[in-house]
Amino acid sequence: MTEKLHKEPKTKDNDQSPIIEIKDLHKTFGKDNTILKGLNLILNKDENLVVLGKSGSGKSVTIKCIVGLIEPDQGEIKVFGENVLNISKNELNAIRVRIGFLFQSGALYDSMSVRENLSFTLSKHKRDLSADEIEKEVMEALESVGLAEAVDKMPSELSGGMRKRIGLARTLILKPEIILYDEPTTGLDTITSREISELILDIKNKQKTASIIITHDMACAKLTADRIIVLKEGVIHAEGTYEELEKDEDEWVRSFFQ
Amino acid sequence: MILNLKNIFTEIGETTIFAKKFFKEVFIPPYETKEFFKQCYIIGYKSLPLVAITGFIMGLVLTLQSRPTLVKFGAESWLPGMVALSLIREIAPVITALICAGKISSGIGAELGSMKVTEQIDAMEVSAINPYNYLVVTRVLACTLMVPILVFFADAIGIVGGYVGINIHGDVNFYRFLTQIIQSLEFLDLFPATIKTFFFGFVIGMIGCYKGFTASNGTESVGQAANSAVVTASLSIFIIDMVAVQITDLFF
Repeated sequence: MTEKLHKEPKTKDNDQSPIIEIKDLHKTFGKDNTILKGLNLILNKDENLVVLGKSGSGKSVTIKCIVGLIEPDQGEIKVFGENVLNISKNELNAIRVRIGFLFQSGALYDSMSVRENLSFTLSKHKRDLSADEIEKEVMEALESVGLAEAVDKMPSELSGGMRKRIGLARTLILKPEIILYDEPTTGLDTITSREISELILDIKNKQKTASIIITHDMACAKLTADRIIVLKEGVIHAEGTYEELEKDEDEWVRSFFQ
Repeated sequence: MILNLKNIFTEIGETTIFAKKFFKEVFIPPYETKEFFKQCYIIGYKSLPLVAITGFIMGLVLTLQSRPTLVKFGAESWLPGMVALSLIREIAPVITALICAGKISSGIGAELGSMKVTEQIDAMEVSAINPYNYLVVTRVLACTLMVPILVFFADAIGIVGGYVGINIHGDVNFYRFLTQIIQSLEFLDLFPATIKTFFFGFVIGMIGCYKGFTASNGTESVGQAANSAVVTASLSIFIIDMVAVQITDLFF
């Protein structure tokens, strides 16, 4: 199962259409720090894809390439059927609006309150909305992550878990079709991690989003994953469901699940 | 040595490319007017007390230091005009710009640097919001417009300081003091000095933004961005001043 994946991306269900398709992605930092060595990846509609791998295996680089934060050296990234590497800035922005990105730290704007963090993004993209309509959408997004009471707080007043939830609410406010999670449960206690994992699952079920979830948290992977891929040395080393990979013949792959 | 020189030229080149983007972005909507006025308030209004204190001290000290020499030559009556000319043409623009480099450039460098390392700038980018337009254009524009206003303010307060200085040793009527200043000033004393303050403001904002935007990941780089912004902006102010004086000398 592990070797042939390097060439042909595998889909779990052929009926589902790929919403993100990555082919032969290469990225080297500096002169010889090669991170991605021909990565092939597919994300299907309504699918939660969990990406596992050691630190430095290229997980975060991959999702940053998808949204255009990092420019790959070679390869093709198709999002909603468009190669994001060959489009104009405006076209890329039109795609970015349809993709949510949850940063590891939450990346809330420190100088703004929670309300402003959410309304800022919304008001930039929906300039015709009235103040009341923006407020309504902000409260709806906050309620969806269970933090409506934090609306007037500043990011410095929030705990790690709350920051992640608010970050998620900020992502959800634009109603994205794809959400990319960069280690959503890192640095959180077990209970909060589980709450975030349940929230990810809840969002997928309610809003029908497709997601790529980068995590080292196996409980999160077990709960949220429809499919898991394991990266090693810049390519996919193994792929399957949680149950399949847990019993994989490769000891290195199994070690993630112990 | 050669490596250092290479780094300096690379830095100048990269700053120029970064600054070039400003002239492209400043005309492209959306115009972030709310953020621009907020920055004008922070950069302009909040710097007033500092500029007022230094402006007053500049005027007072300059008067007290110049007086003995002028008295020696029996030219004490030239004191108001000389103090005003020195303040308006050189001292107030340069000192105010240096204070702004310390306060504003470092503040912008630290703020944007910390936004960079905590991925807030990336978060804007992936939300399809142009961080250059929102963060850089507004701050640079606010600096370019606010620094000249702060310099005018420092000129005025400095003249008041000069009046206090003169009155320590004698009794001069304020109206007479002002009349002497106005008589000794020409339009050409004000014009080049004002023009150069716009360049000071632009450089202060641009260098702060550049240093913050290019901070590498890690909290240490935030401090470095702030420190480097002050040093580079201060040095640039002196270089601009030297060039401005040469050009003024050439034409006027």
